[in-house]
Amino acid sequence: MSEPPRDDHPTGGETRKAAERRIRNRALTIGISVTPFGLSFGAVSVEAHLSVIQVCLLSLALFSGASQFALVSVIGAGGSYFSAVGTALLLGVRNGLYGARINALLRPTGWRRFVMADVTIDESTAMAVSEAPAGHAARAFWSTALTVYVLWNLATIIGALVGNAFGSPATTGLDVAGPAAFIALLAPRLTTMRMRTVALASGVIALVTVPLVPVGAPILIGGLTAVALLLVFDR
Amino acid sequence: MKLWLAVLIASAGCALLKFAGFVVPARLLESAAARRTLEALPVTLLSALIAVSVFATGNHLMLDSRAAGLAVALILVAIRAPFLVVVVAACATAAGVHAL
Repeated sequence: MSEPPRDDHPTGGETRKAAERRIRNRALTIGISVTPFGLSFGAVSVEAHLSVIQVCLLSLALFSGASQFALVSVIGAGGSYFSAVGTALLLGVRNGLYGARINALLRPTGWRRFVMADVTIDESTAMAVSEAPAGHAARAFWSTALTVYVLWNLATIIGALVGNAFGSPATTGLDVAGPAAFIALLAPRLTTMRMRTVALASGVIALVTVPLVPVGAPILIGGLTAVALLLVFDR
Repeated sequence: MKLWLAVLIASAGCALLKFAGFVVPARLLESAAARRTLEALPVTLLSALIAVSVFATGNHLMLDSRAAGLAVALILVAIRAPFLVVVVAACATAAGVHAL
């Protein structure tokens, strides 16, 4: 099913119960931290004149926060539908790249591939990758995917129906909840100077391209260039 | 009508992009370089995502309260603070700096 455990994981020797509890708590923390964004998404979408059904369909079917926000923000700002959809798709490309890794890690078959693909997003991938060395990738992936899916959709419909009563994520500092969680989850993979350098390079390259290319592209350019650098260094 | 089309195309397109990763032929991923690439990709993509979501808004680079939150997260991760503490402290710091 999943890759065998490796010895280099700092949590070696922990009980199964402890691992299960850690994964459940982390999944819940991540799920709760995306909820204000779901509320905000629902509210912003209705302001952009999407119907409640359209808003809910986006969270149920598209299910990728960055792409969803990009779509409704461009439409709400009076941009063309073409650029709205284009930006959403560009932001969605990285999910496909995550998918290749998740597929290699968890090897789903049959209908499970479709379900798994639809919930392959930043959060579920980060958790799976973080727990892979300890052999808990599948549990981490599904716990996070289902928690985020349920809470994201609940928050979306509440936001769409009653508006966002919680204020913007910036005033509550929740705009760094995602980055902080991802740093904590990546930490076990960033123990070598080589990987730290590559991760830093990825961030710097992405930022350099921010003013130059469409929204969504910097993350892909940073991530892909950094991997190319890694392969060159390893030669 | 056009709005429906945009919603449906974006949803179908993003779902297809997600599925694309699951249908990469296994033989393409057999080489050592391909495996290393695949293992490193989520790490580099998430690193780029962290950088962009902290230091950028749209097409503009920004240095604001989010950077303070990130700094606190980095310090807490370095001293192996629990996950929940890292996330809550980063948010509290960013909110505090934002309120100044």
